[in-house]
Amino acid sequence: MQMPEPSQDIMNQREALAVALRQIVGQEWVISDEAERRPYQCDGITAYMAMPLLVVLPGSAAEVQQILRFCHAKGIKVVPRGSGTSLSGGALPLEDGILLVTSRLCNVLEVDAANRVARLQPGVPNIKISEAVQHLGLCYMPDPSSQLISTIGGNVAENAGGVHCLKYGVTANHILGLEAVLMTGEVIRLGGAYLGAAEGEMDLMGVLTGSEGLLAMVTEIAVRLEPVPEVARVISMSFASVEQACACVGAIVGAGIIPAGLEFMDRKVLDAVSVLIRETFDSNTAALLLCELDGTAVEVDALVDVVSDVARTQGAIETKVSTTEEERQRIWSSRKLAFSAIGKLCPDYYCTDGTIPRNKLPEVLNKMADMSVKYGLDYANCFHAGDGNLHPIIMYDAAKPGDLEKAEAFGADVLIACVDAGGVLSGEHGVGVEKRDLMTHQFTDIDLNQQQMVKCAFDPAELLNPGKVFPTACRCAEFGRMHVRNGVVRFPDIPRF
Amino acid sequence: MLSHIPEAAQDADANIKLAKEIIGNCVHCGVCLSRCPTYAVRHEENDSPRGRIFLIKGMYEKGGVPDARTVEHLDRCLTCLACEAICPSGVEYSKLIAHGREYVEQHYRRPLFQRVVRESLIRLLPNAGLFRKAIALGRLARPARGLFSGTLRAMMDMVPASPLPAPSPVDRPQTFTVTPGTTRRKRVALLNGCVQTALDTAINEATIRLLQRHGVEVVVAQGSGCCGAPAEHMGAEDKALPLVKANIDAWLREADGPEGLDAVIINTSGCGTSVKAYGHAMRLDPQWAEKAARVSAMARDISEFMTEIGLMSPARPTGQRIVYHSACSMQHGQRIINQPKDLLRSAGFTVLDVPEGYLCCGSAGTYNLLQPEIAQQLKERKVRNIRSVNAQVAASGNIGCMTQLAGDVGIPFVHTVELLDWATGGPEPAALAKAQIAAG
Repeated sequence: MQMPEPSQDIMNQREALAVALRQIVGQEWVISDEAERRPYQCDGITAYMAMPLLVVLPGSAAEVQQILRFCHAKGIKVVPRGSGTSLSGGALPLEDGILLVTSRLCNVLEVDAANRVARLQPGVPNIKISEAVQHLGLCYMPDPSSQLISTIGGNVAENAGGVHCLKYGVTANHILGLEAVLMTGEVIRLGGAYLGAAEGEMDLMGVLTGSEGLLAMVTEIAVRLEPVPEVARVISMSFASVEQACACVGAIVGAGIIPAGLEFMDRKVLDAVSVLIRETFDSNTAALLLCELDGTAVEVDALVDVVSDVARTQGAIETKVSTTEEERQRIWSSRKLAFSAIGKLCPDYYCTDGTIPRNKLPEVLNKMADMSVKYGLDYANCFHAGDGNLHPIIMYDAAKPGDLEKAEAFGADVLIACVDAGGVLSGEHGVGVEKRDLMTHQFTDIDLNQQQMVKCAFDPAELLNPGKVFPTACRCAEFGRMHVRNGVVRFPDIPRF
Repeated sequence: MLSHIPEAAQDADANIKLAKEIIGNCVHCGVCLSRCPTYAVRHEENDSPRGRIFLIKGMYEKGGVPDARTVEHLDRCLTCLACEAICPSGVEYSKLIAHGREYVEQHYRRPLFQRVVRESLIRLLPNAGLFRKAIALGRLARPARGLFSGTLRAMMDMVPASPLPAPSPVDRPQTFTVTPGTTRRKRVALLNGCVQTALDTAINEATIRLLQRHGVEVVVAQGSGCCGAPAEHMGAEDKALPLVKANIDAWLREADGPEGLDAVIINTSGCGTSVKAYGHAMRLDPQWAEKAARVSAMARDISEFMTEIGLMSPARPTGQRIVYHSACSMQHGQRIINQPKDLLRSAGFTVLDVPEGYLCCGSAGTYNLLQPEIAQQLKERKVRNIRSVNAQVAASGNIGCMTQLAGDVGIPFVHTVELLDWATGGPEPAALAKAQIAAG
């Protein structure tokens, strides 16, 4: 994987830059020591590592602003990082760029129960939002599996999804306002801290959400809070074949039900998590569907009956309904810890993230089985079936020469199969460096050029998180931009809007 | 995660080979950061389990003398093991950090002050007599403690304001037969501990009464003493081993004697974690490996043992609101989560949990003395959380946490066994009598 050539000139300035940045954030919050920079070499993908030039941990939005202004003036690249859980290499450092870490910006600034809004600093871990408002009977709905530690700032950058996004929507649907700092140090505020605050604005919040740290550094987020559903129950449905489980997904949604979550786990994943949830699974089970239904008690009871009927019709071996909240939490924790639990089965894994139309699930899953044979690598499947968001977990051993390359090729083939089935490269993990070079498979040159023009509008110097998302540099300088110099428009005789 | 630790280093040291395997299990998912007390305070990857795994990897890859920054971050780990308890990939962080610290002590020369402090603690703590003398000295120096800062100040602050209780007769080697009128069901050895016999004699006394009342004969075995944890936490394996071996000998002498032994009972969870790891600590020593594994298999926290034999019905009205603080060595180290709370409930108490209960209180063996700043922040956070539930009494199963917190929580702080003993017919714990806690 090719990253932009680092500038030796900038790398030589490390100590001088550290001195200057320490004046902004204080002595201990600029990390320049080699041993101490090492733990920041990668995020959730250990296959890609790079030593950051410096690691900087600001303690306020004002410090973020000063850091960006300084880096802009000096032409230093900046890679934003939250808790370093990205599965697309979004926070992979650059050797000639600083890593700007938001972990110290972790305060819940305000909880407004009347407006059902929380104002947050970007480093607040996702789960802490719900914990901070649970006494009000409220919660923050998007729940990526990494929610114990992944930050809301990172969730905004990746437009994170999660188990419950099938019914409640992804991060973008829950953001009411953003404060962000542009690479120049200019602060922009979008929307506000109440529902509808963004009415009448161009949807720049939509542009920033999911922009993977390429456009601006988010320093404050206002999120929507939702009432905790009165009742929630999970039905686990086991199937003797993957095809039956996939067909059942379509049948449930086809029956007019939007479950709060609809998840698929294959046999290998079940074996990995069974210890964690202290449960064994029937030996005939090839796949398990978890379907969460929530709402009022009457509504949930009725839905449980319908889904159980559908499961029976689709040939489920067994259906079990959670009876207590503790049981429900235990089942979900198994799902949320599934990826890491795979770590027990193999030295390394590579998880990717394509999304396909639901009805293509059996077709793409079958292709995956063929690819596994072709590359000689084992894989496991655990994904958000309800929204067709696949997460094949490809197992390999980084110590074996050639294994990583095979895993990468396997992953790329899966993503290409997703796009060919009418799907997209990423559901929720982002493009980062991991899917960057496949962007040309999903988008034409014209598409990519248009997207890069957005990048150029926000960060024409291309200093924010370069080398991510786009397979080529944006060449902002070459795009025809209209310069207004001293108030004089060039070519004033050409008619304009 | 892939590491590049030289083969030669792995061949030369079985612990480095093991480290490579453990590092290999880490997938860098970051879940451990959410439970790490030092990360909660510092928000810095180097002060998280995932960061320390990287640092240890770097230390072994480079070989030779570890750098001062790496040592500082490894020192800051509380060894609370909250990370290991939540790790979905099953990374055995406890072993990684323990052997990493041994490597540091073998290869790194600490500044003089640190060496003196560590050496003194390693000598003082296991020896109740010396420890008592040190506390007496500390009490003399107490009025001047404002002149000191850092570790020295923390040491002086830890000296109890009131005089230590006199040594208890129960802590001498002897056998306690079951309460007259009850049949003997079991026979156990009690680890009476080191610091505990000086700081709070009531805990062992209550434990013995509770066991006698339940038909359990208790032996304080000749030759048993400190479990070795203080030295082990500081990476001084050579200082810990003689203590470990003395305990193994003392308990196996009882176990292989005519009366036999059903369990080794530990009422300080910090020591329990350590005794349960004897098997691992001695695994490479053919003379001791099997014996140590036998002792580890016999080790039980008092709450585990009481759960196994069943608690009798309460003998007096209870119902007080007890906030139960689970020590890290209890909930993470030994994964004992519900037993102490269930016992308290079956004794008739109302049991409340501490919010953010997974976070360490900062005591962590000698941590509050060696890392006073972080320890103080964690202590304040824990005290706030304990106070927030508005209980009448706080209970825990680890003397270290009790010493760290008792002075600040504003309610009596007692050991779980003192409450169980009281409820089943023993005397009222002194702290409760003093505070005049009414039944709920």
